[in-house]
Amino acid sequence: METYLIVILVILGVITLWAIFGYNAFVRLRNEVENSWSQIDVQLKRRTDLIPNLINTVKGYAKHEKGTFEEVTKARTAMINAGGNVAATAEAENMLTGALKSIFAVAEAYPDLKANQNFMQLQEELSGTENKVAATRQYYNDTVMEYNTKLESFPSNLIAGMFNFKEKDLFEIPESEKAVPKVEF
Amino acid sequence: MVNLHSEVRKNKRDSNIVLILFFVFSAILFGIATLLFTYQDIMQGKYDLFLLIYFGILTIVVLYIFYFISNGDKMILKITDAKKATKKDFPFLYHSVEALSLAAGMKTTPKCYVIKDTALNAFATGFKPENSYIVVTTGLIDKLNKQELEGVLAHEMSHILNQDIKINLYIAGLMGVFTLVGTFFYYAMFTHSGRNDDGKMKIAFFGLWILFSVIGVFFATLFRLKLSRQREYLADSNGALLTRYPEGLASALEKIKGDPDPLVDKANKATAHLFISTPFRKKKVSFFGNLFATHPPIDLRIAKLRGKKK
Repeated sequence: METYLIVILVILGVITLWAIFGYNAFVRLRNEVENSWSQIDVQLKRRTDLIPNLINTVKGYAKHEKGTFEEVTKARTAMINAGGNVAATAEAENMLTGALKSIFAVAEAYPDLKANQNFMQLQEELSGTENKVAATRQYYNDTVMEYNTKLESFPSNLIAGMFNFKEKDLFEIPESEKAVPKVEF
Repeated sequence: MVNLHSEVRKNKRDSNIVLILFFVFSAILFGIATLLFTYQDIMQGKYDLFLLIYFGILTIVVLYIFYFISNGDKMILKITDAKKATKKDFPFLYHSVEALSLAAGMKTTPKCYVIKDTALNAFATGFKPENSYIVVTTGLIDKLNKQELEGVLAHEMSHILNQDIKINLYIAGLMGVFTLVGTFFYYAMFTHSGRNDDGKMKIAFFGLWILFSVIGVFFATLFRLKLSRQREYLADSNGALLTRYPEGLASALEKIKGDPDPLVDKANKATAHLFISTPFRKKKVSFFGNLFATHPPIDLRIAKLRGKKK
């Protein structure tokens, strides 16, 4: 066989191999992103599951704080409805965190409630769960960054385009919510 | 910005390369030894004895190492008298380890154990991330604040992720075999009758004994310690990446540095390298001091952590 034919075949072979490795890398990274999202889901669900118990415990001592309960319930519903949408989940999660802060602020005024075993345990579970939401969020964002970087870099962006890999959203707080709360005494 | 996930992948790859090189190096050494041992047969074109002995040795090596694999990681728990930490008794520890393992993207959470001791120290063990343990002293839990404790836990978690424990156990296993083979040649040297070959084999055995038990073990030890120090730095930086807060670990190391009693009782030379800070605090300063240290100097570690800008 002619030399130039061999050279062309070798080059084609190398390009094909590169394409295969690239494609597989994208598949792996994309699956890592989806898997890490489901981990956030697990923690968020843990948190929403703890809330009815929390509301009932607090209601036992602070029946009249209706506004706070509504806030939390509304946030919880928004959370459940957000589903797999990253942006909606981020917003709902933020709302829920705020609402939970309100409940615990309310509880400060009821020493009997604060001493309640169930309440203390729930507080600890919620605190632990919130750390875990933060942790899974961090990992999710790490995997998204790795995936997106490869997506945008040359020459892997060529493979991404060929096989239709799409950019993923980071789990972040929307700009509007970043406003520092005004503390008034 | 560097990504923990890709860092860990790189470290695992480097670990495997180190292990492969070490195994290849050992295989060559054993090959040379067997060659010398059977050179009379080979001169006559008979390779059977060589093959028999060589594969015999390799089988012994594999069996010996599997012994380490099956027992090595849990042995340390027994030696140090570590007890399982329940969520009820140590909630912050439990939740922190779980949160850190989630942030690292681990499939399972390492199991938490505690050692009842006032010393400030911690270690991790476990051959695979899926089956790993993090052990801390009660002294550490009492004396460190939340961020400092998290820094230490993240450091230990990085050891697990980077498979440092596995690498160390393999190398320790191989070194055990070196000594075994060396001892074999030592006895062979004495029992071999030098009548048929003017004592040439005796000299060969002597040389091989020196090669394995003395030179081999010496250089392997230096290599292993250098690797151990490098992996400590790596665990420091990967841990900082995990918590996004290097000051936590830096501050913890400051406190550990000031600890007068770093668990000398329960530690020994075999387990020293596992702890977050060297459990030996002899003030003896020697020329070989740094070469034989399992851990880099604490001050350097703190400086590196604080010099790190995100």
